[in-house]
Amino acid sequence: MEENYIKHQYAPILPEKDEWPVVKLARERKEFVKKVANLAEGRILDLIGKNPEILKEELETTLYREKLRIKQNPWDVDPDDEGPFWGEVKSNLLQIHTEVSGNKAKKLEAYQAVLRKITARYSEEIASNFKASHYKFTRRVVTYGFSRLLNAARVKGFGSLFSNQYTLQDKIQITGQTAQLRELARKGTVVMVPTHFSNLDSILIGWIISVLGMPPFIYGAGLNLFNISIFAYFMNALGAYKVDRRKKNMMYLETLKTYSKEAIQFGCHSLFFPGGTRSRSGIIESKLKLGLLSTAIEAQRANFQNGISDVSGKIFIVPVTINYHFVLEAPGLIQDYLSQTGQERYYKENDEFSTSYKISKFLFKFFTKGSDISVSIGRAMDVMGNYVDEEGKSLDKWGRVVNTQEYFMSNGKVTVDTQREEEYTQMLGKRIVEEFHKINRVFSSHLVAFVAFELIQSKNTKLDLFDLIRLPQEDLVLNYEEFKSACQRVLDQIFELKAQGKIDSAPHLNRPMDEIITHGLENVGLYHAKRPLIKDELGNLATEDMSLLYFYHNRLHGYGLEKLF
Amino acid sequence: MALKNSSKPQPIGVIGVGSFGTAIANMLAEKNEVMVYSRKQEVVEEINNQHSASGKILNPKIRGTFSPEELCASCGVLFFMIPSAAFLAVTRTFAPFLHPYHLVIHGTKGLAVQLGEGENWDTVKKLRRNQVLTMSEVIVQETLAVRVGCLAGPNISKELTHGQPAATVIASKYNEVIQEGQRLLRSEKFQVYGNSDIIGVELSGVLKNIIAIAAGALAGLGLGENAKGLLISRGIVEMAHLSKALGGTASSVMGLAGIGDLVTTCNSPDSRNFTVGFRLAKGESLSQIMASMEEVAEGVNTIRIVDAFLKTAGIRAPITENLHRVLFEDLSIEEALQFLMKYPFSVDVDFV
Repeated sequence: MEENYIKHQYAPILPEKDEWPVVKLARERKEFVKKVANLAEGRILDLIGKNPEILKEELETTLYREKLRIKQNPWDVDPDDEGPFWGEVKSNLLQIHTEVSGNKAKKLEAYQAVLRKITARYSEEIASNFKASHYKFTRRVVTYGFSRLLNAARVKGFGSLFSNQYTLQDKIQITGQTAQLRELARKGTVVMVPTHFSNLDSILIGWIISVLGMPPFIYGAGLNLFNISIFAYFMNALGAYKVDRRKKNMMYLETLKTYSKEAIQFGCHSLFFPGGTRSRSGIIESKLKLGLLSTAIEAQRANFQNGISDVSGKIFIVPVTINYHFVLEAPGLIQDYLSQTGQERYYKENDEFSTSYKISKFLFKFFTKGSDISVSIGRAMDVMGNYVDEEGKSLDKWGRVVNTQEYFMSNGKVTVDTQREEEYTQMLGKRIVEEFHKINRVFSSHLVAFVAFELIQSKNTKLDLFDLIRLPQEDLVLNYEEFKSACQRVLDQIFELKAQGKIDSAPHLNRPMDEIITHGLENVGLYHAKRPLIKDELGNLATEDMSLLYFYHNRLHGYGLEKLF
Repeated sequence: MALKNSSKPQPIGVIGVGSFGTAIANMLAEKNEVMVYSRKQEVVEEINNQHSASGKILNPKIRGTFSPEELCASCGVLFFMIPSAAFLAVTRTFAPFLHPYHLVIHGTKGLAVQLGEGENWDTVKKLRRNQVLTMSEVIVQETLAVRVGCLAGPNISKELTHGQPAATVIASKYNEVIQEGQRLLRSEKFQVYGNSDIIGVELSGVLKNIIAIAAGALAGLGLGENAKGLLISRGIVEMAHLSKALGGTASSVMGLAGIGDLVTTCNSPDSRNFTVGFRLAKGESLSQIMASMEEVAEGVNTIRIVDAFLKTAGIRAPITENLHRVLFEDLSIEEALQFLMKYPFSVDVDFV
């Protein structure tokens, strides 16, 4: 059998759920929220140099933006008392302006009281509502429900609904450094950083974490997902805290960062989607959002500062790629990308995952048709991007042990230097992108999409991307033999890169080329109304949707494979 | 672990006792204990007994060692002041002893290349950016040190030794490196500027050597100040474009490490790069010149690397390209000058 995937039952690494950091955190929720609010307040005061005038300005900016948001972009999940709260902030500010005069210290004190209210509110809003009972229930529902669906679809005959021949692990293969991940999650704190193409990713990763026997991870999920009731339930059950991308004000961002940092220091394993949002173009993230990533570095430094220099205080970064044949939201994502409205400020969340009905429909399709997903777990690194061994020790390029604490030291002491940590965050971001490319698994569908798009492009060298997408369909036909030989060339190069450890490939790519192409064509963009690539009556290749073809082609961007055309 | 308490101040480490290394060691010794490294035992003994290095006088506060381990264990801040030809080898010697807590500042103006397996200098015609390394990139690649900086600017060792006023740039992505360098080096006679664009500053120091060879050639041809002014301004344009293509910013070229150093070097007939150009113009070939020079003029090496890089970068750099043809392809210097005068530069400044 060519497929050698990991499929077995993992024992939970912490059998007692009372020991789970996320349960402990939920128990101490109230104190934790308060602590985060206080620390965030201190952080903001430091940032503005305790200057009452700057604080006043920041408060006014925040107030203005929040009022604007409430008016222009309200969501279902928004609490009802938002209006009154900000109204009160407004009157407080007015009051201070007219009544408190002269004395700088007094002014600062008055503004600080308003700031305290805001960070307390934000902190409460961000905090997760994890309930262990919900978590267990959800996990059972997902696993049981999915395996019922799967067996109904694949095992023929009466009673198939109760067959256990297929489990979810047949559908979603987990590969890579699973043993190391489990080991490290027992020893220190794990920060998992997956690629992000679909809204399903968070549930998928949540499921993977539970299959691997690890306690739930906490992660920041876009507040927009909480608009959809089915997601909201899952998210809460998975320990998600809420990230509201509409709020770009400094006070919110600082509170959010403080929450993440403190949770990591608390020992909660965390999950960040470092791309910040789903990849619009289908390209593997190459520029990461560094805000949350920096909290991992901060937490690591804080642990060292507090003298926790053994493995229990160590933070491990684990890159993960999720590989699909098919991304449900692809048409919407690529439209976004192409219309270049990319700037998130103007981006209106409006995607296929808008209703629970659509999601259920997708899930049903997913289980009844044969499109597989694989999740590759990368090698764990320390926050400086050095690989770590099973013991949690960092190793340099030559395999020598590195003491991570030394990166944060000057003159023999651990010191706080935010500018230094910004640079470290950049370095870590680059390392994660490198690892993404290494563990990315090529599927047949990626290969055929890539080759087809590049061939079409090479035949129309004078056209730019936007002209290409507007080409009439009859110009988009490729001869099968030509296509096949190009696929072979690209595949050979992929195998060469694989031998150098620069990419990974799915086992089905070891089949004969005709089979690979058939497999790829069957799977590429499987459920879209318009298929990105099909075989026409004459056996030639054609596309029904050039922009989708471009989207799936992008998965292999960044390896220099374009040079082959 | 070699973490000293802060009760006794750590000495500052200087690696390399050439003329620049010695000058910097003496400047550092005005305020601090200094430990210098030389790989030759007799030089170390000379330093410790006679307070001089190959005849150059050293401050008595400077101690010598030939043990990289001792130097790395004693010092938190290290200055790498070694010729670029030896840079990789010396860095590798120090690599086992360097820790992530070390701050490393280098004063070497050169580039290193990474060739693929089975490639050598005679077969390589093209270089991609990831095959060209600046010295700070060499340090980061070969050692665990990450907080790395460089020192660049018009710093003729002889003038520094005589205590004449001068200035330098310390460039690093890390503010702490810049601040530490400033704290250690700044004096009444020596101004220290900071720049966060380390690649741009390193490249400025490297690329100016190309223009210095051209300046020597103009002098050798007996041309005057108009020609020199022309060369310097066109040289700056070329440096800015090359720097951008290699990952630096044009604005660093405008600074002390770029224009500042370029003007100084183009006016100092003692500089090795200037001499190469001068002798070329007098009709000698590169091999004749190399045979009679103790150390390789860095600019020759740089021209080779940059010319190979141009082939993958998709930009033109006429001064570099023509010097390459003079040095390695038997074009005469007069023809090269003719070519440059006919080259269709039409815009004066197109990079700011």
